[in-house]
Amino acid sequence: MSSIPPLDLIESRDPLATPRRVALVRPDIRPAVRRREERYVMTVPHLIVREVILVQVVVIGLAIAAFLFDAPLEGIANPLETPNPAKAPWYFLGLQELLHYFPPIVAGVLLPTLVVIALVVIPYARINLAAGPLWAGKGRGTALALGAAWGGLVVLFGAFACWPIVAPSLGIAGAMILARGGEKGGRLRRALARVTLPEWIMTWFVTIAVLLTLIGIFFRGPGWSFVWPWSAAPPG
Amino acid sequence: MRRGPIAAAFRWVCDSSVYRSIVRHGVADTNRNRSLVVFENLFLHLHPVKVREKTLRFRHTYWLGGVALVCSLLLTATGVLLMFYYHPSVPQAYRDMKELQYVVDNGMFLRNLHRWAAHLMVFAAFLHMLRVFYHRAYRPPRQFNWVVGVVLLLVTLLLSYTGYLLPWDQLAFWGVSVGTNMAKEAPIIGEKIRFMLLGGNIVSENALLRFYVLHCVVLPVALLLLISVHIWRVRKDGGVQGPPEEPDDEEAP
Repeated sequence: MSSIPPLDLIESRDPLATPRRVALVRPDIRPAVRRREERYVMTVPHLIVREVILVQVVVIGLAIAAFLFDAPLEGIANPLETPNPAKAPWYFLGLQELLHYFPPIVAGVLLPTLVVIALVVIPYARINLAAGPLWAGKGRGTALALGAAWGGLVVLFGAFACWPIVAPSLGIAGAMILARGGEKGGRLRRALARVTLPEWIMTWFVTIAVLLTLIGIFFRGPGWSFVWPWSAAPPG
Repeated sequence: MRRGPIAAAFRWVCDSSVYRSIVRHGVADTNRNRSLVVFENLFLHLHPVKVREKTLRFRHTYWLGGVALVCSLLLTATGVLLMFYYHPSVPQAYRDMKELQYVVDNGMFLRNLHRWAAHLMVFAAFLHMLRVFYHRAYRPPRQFNWVVGVVLLLVTLLLSYTGYLLPWDQLAFWGVSVGTNMAKEAPIIGEKIRFMLLGGNIVSENALLRFYVLHCVVLPVALLLLISVHIWRVRKDGGVQGPPEEPDDEEAP
């Protein structure tokens, strides 16, 4: 209901004054706008020098690696002679490991598609934008919903005997329970209490992805049987 | 201001009319000239003229996106050199690997560098994604740049994967066979996609040629365009974001 103040209050008559911007923003969803003034430096030289150093560090590091380790090369491709096991490149071994537990359409198509869709929608899901600590201001409802969702996941993947997914799921669930009311606990519990739900889910996903990949790289031998890394030929 | 014959020669070059016709600003010794260095350079123009001082700290970004970018540049350079010695045909492709190893000067070094840079690029891109996620840098106004980043990660994986077949050894052949067999499982279009990708029903000479064209032309061009958009949008969205800051001077809602 306030009327507009007189013009000379909004607009400074000092020609040298820096105009100040006024904006109304929601602090929880606009990270680019800050209330505090920040120090800026010139891109040249401050950023450029660091970039040049980065280029040098990466190139020198890789050159040293290229001197020390030779890229693998096996015999010429032979469609008649299938190596056992035939492994995909390391970044796809998590997927190949999934093939061991699920029908090909699930492991090769459904799960990767779901992962890509999940990654793409991250910034558009409300849950990821207004993320506060998992248990902050929430009661039994949240706990029950989460417990049901997590329990469903464990049963689903348990039905396929996919223990590289079940084990981390149980571990993350344990950590989430530990985080509940952890604000007053020790250092670990206080740190856990600050973790948001999107962070729990991403940590769950990354743990599984890394675990599956490591198993695929180091623990799979002939016929995709479980082997110890030291008992099998090193992966290529 | 520095003195001495080298500095004088440097200044003479920088002030010459030929040099100034190429680079319009003088030596970057004033803030105006430092700004012009960025304004008047197509590539540096992806940067803002000024950056927030805090974002230069190592722990802000760990420079992971930068590592992936440097890898892609190094891969382009070594990749072009490797193309001079490579024929995408069977069995010459495999023989070229042996030529690189035993005949070409530093051929093995070149191939090693290309291979390890490729692995590092996949790894760095993945870590970069995690860093951005845990710093919640996907939030507005950066939503779409996150999506561009996801596509970039997929293009990176495809680049690495198409390159995996090119040596035409057992590792390459069966690695790609395993992967493309997975594509076959997609309902309705799976078989067709696989046929299109391989130029046949099995991994053959046609597949080698298709992967070669994808690896050396189609995917690198896509990568270049997407990286440009990605970095340019970082600037447009307010620079890189490090750890989210607590709104310490905000009133509690």
